[in-house]
Amino acid sequence: MNPVFQGLTTIVLGVSGCIAYFYTSNLVLDRVLYPARGPRITENIARANQIRPWLFIFPALFVLFVYLAYPVVGSAFRSLFNRSGADFIGLGNYVALLQSPDFRRAFLNNALWALFVPAASVAFGLLAAQLTDKLAWGNAAKSLIFMPMAISFVGASLIWKFVYAVDSDIGLVNAILLGLFGVGPVDVLQIPFWNNFFLMFILIWIQTGFAMVILSAALRGIPEETVEAAIIDGANPFQTFFRIKVPQIFPTIVVVWTTITVGSLKIFDIVYATTGGNFGTEILPSYMMSFMFRDDGRATAVALVIMIIVLPVMISNIRQAQKEIR
Amino acid sequence: MASLKLNDVAKSYGEVDVLKDIDLDIRQGELIVFVGPSGCGKSTLLRMIAGLEKITGGTLEIDGQVVNEVPPAQRGIAMVFQSYALYPHMTVRDNMAFALKLAKKSKPEIDAAVTAAAEKLQLTPYLDRLPKALSGGQRQRVAIGRSIVRDPKVYLFDEPLSNLDAALRVATRLEIAQLKESMPDRTMIYVTHDQVEAMTLASRIVVLANKGISQVGTPLDLYLKPANTFVAQFIGSPAMNLLPARITGTGEDTRLRLPSGAEMTVPIPSPASLRDAAVALGVRPENLRVAADGDTVLVQSKVQITEKLGEVTVVYMDPVRAFEGDDGQTIAKLPGIHRISAGTPLDLAADPQDMHVFHQGKSLHYLEARS
Amino acid sequence: MDNIAGQKSSFVWASNIATLTLVLLWIIPTLGLFVSSFRDRDQISASGWWKAPFAVELTARGRTGADTAPEGDHFSVSGNIFDDREARAAFTGDPGAVSAFGIKGAEPRAFQVGTTADLGGGETLTVNPDGSYVWVTPEDPGNRGKRIYFAAKSPPKLTLANYRTVLTSDNMSRAFMNTLTVAVPATIIPILVAAFAAYSLAWMEFKIRGLLIAGIVGLLVVPIQLALVPVLNLHNAVGIGQSFPGIWLAHTGFGMPLAVYLLRNYMAGLPRDIIECARVDGATDFQIFVKIILPLSLPALASFAIFQFLWTWNDLLVAKVFLPSADEYKVMTVKIADDLLGSRGGDWGILAAAAFVSIAVPLAVFFSLQRFLVRGLLAGSVK
Repeated sequence: MNPVFQGLTTIVLGVSGCIAYFYTSNLVLDRVLYPARGPRITENIARANQIRPWLFIFPALFVLFVYLAYPVVGSAFRSLFNRSGADFIGLGNYVALLQSPDFRRAFLNNALWALFVPAASVAFGLLAAQLTDKLAWGNAAKSLIFMPMAISFVGASLIWKFVYAVDSDIGLVNAILLGLFGVGPVDVLQIPFWNNFFLMFILIWIQTGFAMVILSAALRGIPEETVEAAIIDGANPFQTFFRIKVPQIFPTIVVVWTTITVGSLKIFDIVYATTGGNFGTEILPSYMMSFMFRDDGRATAVALVIMIIVLPVMISNIRQAQKEIR
Repeated sequence: MASLKLNDVAKSYGEVDVLKDIDLDIRQGELIVFVGPSGCGKSTLLRMIAGLEKITGGTLEIDGQVVNEVPPAQRGIAMVFQSYALYPHMTVRDNMAFALKLAKKSKPEIDAAVTAAAEKLQLTPYLDRLPKALSGGQRQRVAIGRSIVRDPKVYLFDEPLSNLDAALRVATRLEIAQLKESMPDRTMIYVTHDQVEAMTLASRIVVLANKGISQVGTPLDLYLKPANTFVAQFIGSPAMNLLPARITGTGEDTRLRLPSGAEMTVPIPSPASLRDAAVALGVRPENLRVAADGDTVLVQSKVQITEKLGEVTVVYMDPVRAFEGDDGQTIAKLPGIHRISAGTPLDLAADPQDMHVFHQGKSLHYLEARS
Repeated sequence: MDNIAGQKSSFVWASNIATLTLVLLWIIPTLGLFVSSFRDRDQISASGWWKAPFAVELTARGRTGADTAPEGDHFSVSGNIFDDREARAAFTGDPGAVSAFGIKGAEPRAFQVGTTADLGGGETLTVNPDGSYVWVTPEDPGNRGKRIYFAAKSPPKLTLANYRTVLTSDNMSRAFMNTLTVAVPATIIPILVAAFAAYSLAWMEFKIRGLLIAGIVGLLVVPIQLALVPVLNLHNAVGIGQSFPGIWLAHTGFGMPLAVYLLRNYMAGLPRDIIECARVDGATDFQIFVKIILPLSLPALASFAIFQFLWTWNDLLVAKVFLPSADEYKVMTVKIADDLLGSRGGDWGILAAAAFVSIAVPLAVFFSLQRFLVRGLLAGSVK
């Protein structure tokens, strides 16, 4: 079957299936199981209203369970078995990982990503939010800085690989090096250690817009009176920014920071499309993909390491959500 | 055809009691107003009658039927919300027709009801507009129209005027009064924190305080014979003065020693057991006057501040001698314009029939009835 | 805040310039690739894209004619080098002036244009700026002309040839359709499922509601990497395997926490009065959802739809795992990352065109629906 046709059929079937499920399950509940009439009308209505939330939420819960909740356990379980999945080897995969220099390399690089990417994105985002706030063309500027968000990581990698190209007639970096400093062509993606930063910058380039949009809304949310009071108290623009505005949007900065941190731990596309993990640029997600389809035991073990790193963020988010609900 | 009876109704959230021991009979055709300070539970009580909050104790009857577990739509009520709660994505017409459509009424029936309600509220030109294209007053009328269309047995109003500006509030208040007049057999329950609304609209007022009903009565009952110091100070503005006094004689009339030291007889009966009891003597600011020769002086005081409003002058005074158990300030509302400078000593008097006596917060008027 | 007295204009200037710098830094890379996607591949490697509006000096080779008549003791051949097919083909537009010439491939600029080069043994060659030449040789050239290497300006030329190549010979059109086939169902299907769940979590009372919300917040950050192996094994076990239905289901599952979270936050913010009013009006939960909540939640639904569409369109990881690796199943990201970057590694014209084919749709969505995107971001992260 032609995939496009299959896609259209799926949309129609999926949507009408959802509608049919929700509609008929409600109907059955209200008309057949607990009809709102007869001597037990109030009791029936109360019972139907106890069951109804579950009708509404069931499909979503089911999908969440199968695709996210169960896999956490499934991966943890699978990581205790060997490549074929036949033999239980306990923590063997983890021991092998710890002994592998590649894994240590990837782990340290990933730590670097998780520190540097959010820091730089938030800094650039804050700068952009503050700068564009008062400008007449601020919204256009924001739009352009935000644009990379729509570009795929693969597309972004390609765009920057072009900038980093060795030929000074192609790559902007080498053209500038040659034109301004007369330095010969450099492959920045092969400079040991520092090449990681050139890759990180691709993600920073993408995430800055996200940080900017949210921080800009937070900056606008600051009561203007506090800023005006600071101006009357004699604060200069920098003091106003760092002593009055930034402290007030600090909670938002934390949210943006953690969101980008989690992102930088999960993204494999950039490394995959630029260096393929060579030249010492491997990170955990791309390292995991090198085992995918070949050694599920090792791959799930790496995934679980990522999960463990993300866990503190997860716990604090859950705590935060529980506070808000109450 | 629509009377309500609340028996021992209570509401609690877990351990926290919000309302308890609410007993109330509402007769058909009455316009009952719930008033009270914010947080007294008046909106909660209304929402319990609507069925939007579960009743955690006691029973609610509409026309003799216990409706505790009946869902809102089946109670024969309509409600006007403080925020109007218009459906923002529907036109005025659809807003009004929504409930009838849900009830599967026929199209001509719906049209007739909507047209009639729109006519009544002068909304006909706006029927095809969205709520966001209406002024505050128009939105308010749509909210009322939406309830009229359903022709409910009981109308519930939850602070319907509090989002309007002062001038519009007066106009809409009158419209609601006219609406009630045009439907004498419909019962209405109206929640407000504004005592002017309560006094002008209500056939009976229910004052709520301290998780319960403080007093139920006609507006004038509450003004003339407040049952307790709370109602006494809540109804009327500025609030009633409460002065310390002591009962020196009991019987058909009560004899009191006043703060000034003088004695006076007021026409309120008191039981012999209250002899020598410390009581609060209540006098409304508008009943106080500057003592003339021959008047029994109620309290001697010194002027602190005056507010000249034109028709009246409000005088705030400190007593010459501080007396026990009182914040001391006395307020008088004198008709006309008085130029009195601060520090001027002023002796105040009032007629005995304008006085209220409260023992332990409760009015002597109701003491005998209760005991 | 623009009205404050005594604000220094130098400060305003500085922030204008700083913003401009930042914006330029942010768009130049994309712009470069975009320009390059329209350039001829020879021009791309000859000069930087920032010189695209200017003529490029290309070197080319050609062969003179051989029609000659003996003139005394030598033979003379004259003509124009641009009449030679090979020489002409090197230039996409009208070629500009010849700047230098030579007779060895290694030294195409050995002689200045307009001069007569002594090639030794009585042989001379003159090439003029317009391409006309005179070749004088003591020997009869027979039917074989002289090889000439030369440099000439080639005028800037923008072309759609790269796009044509990418779409026809590189199977990119197939990949485009595959991406579309993945993204659209994977965007639409989760919406309704999530909306019902969000409504029940926002407006219905039941016991473990708070727990479920907290759980969904937790799932929001679970790395997809964790799900790959178990879910693929599950798909294989139930017979879905690697296929389009498989990836639709996977995207639905992976997008669900964000969908429910986003929509719940939005719905919970709708005025309570409106929902209660509908309840008093006699609406059931199902009617409230369909007639009140859904229409009022359209902005949030749009936000999520945009997120999910961008995410599924741009995704590489899920496509690599849940679709077969055969060429007919490749989506554009996989095509670019796995095929083009390898086989056409240096061919920037093709790579650029491929990149822009893949990012054109997201960019269009982005610029036309940015409002909803921003609103969704704010609903999802600021509390």
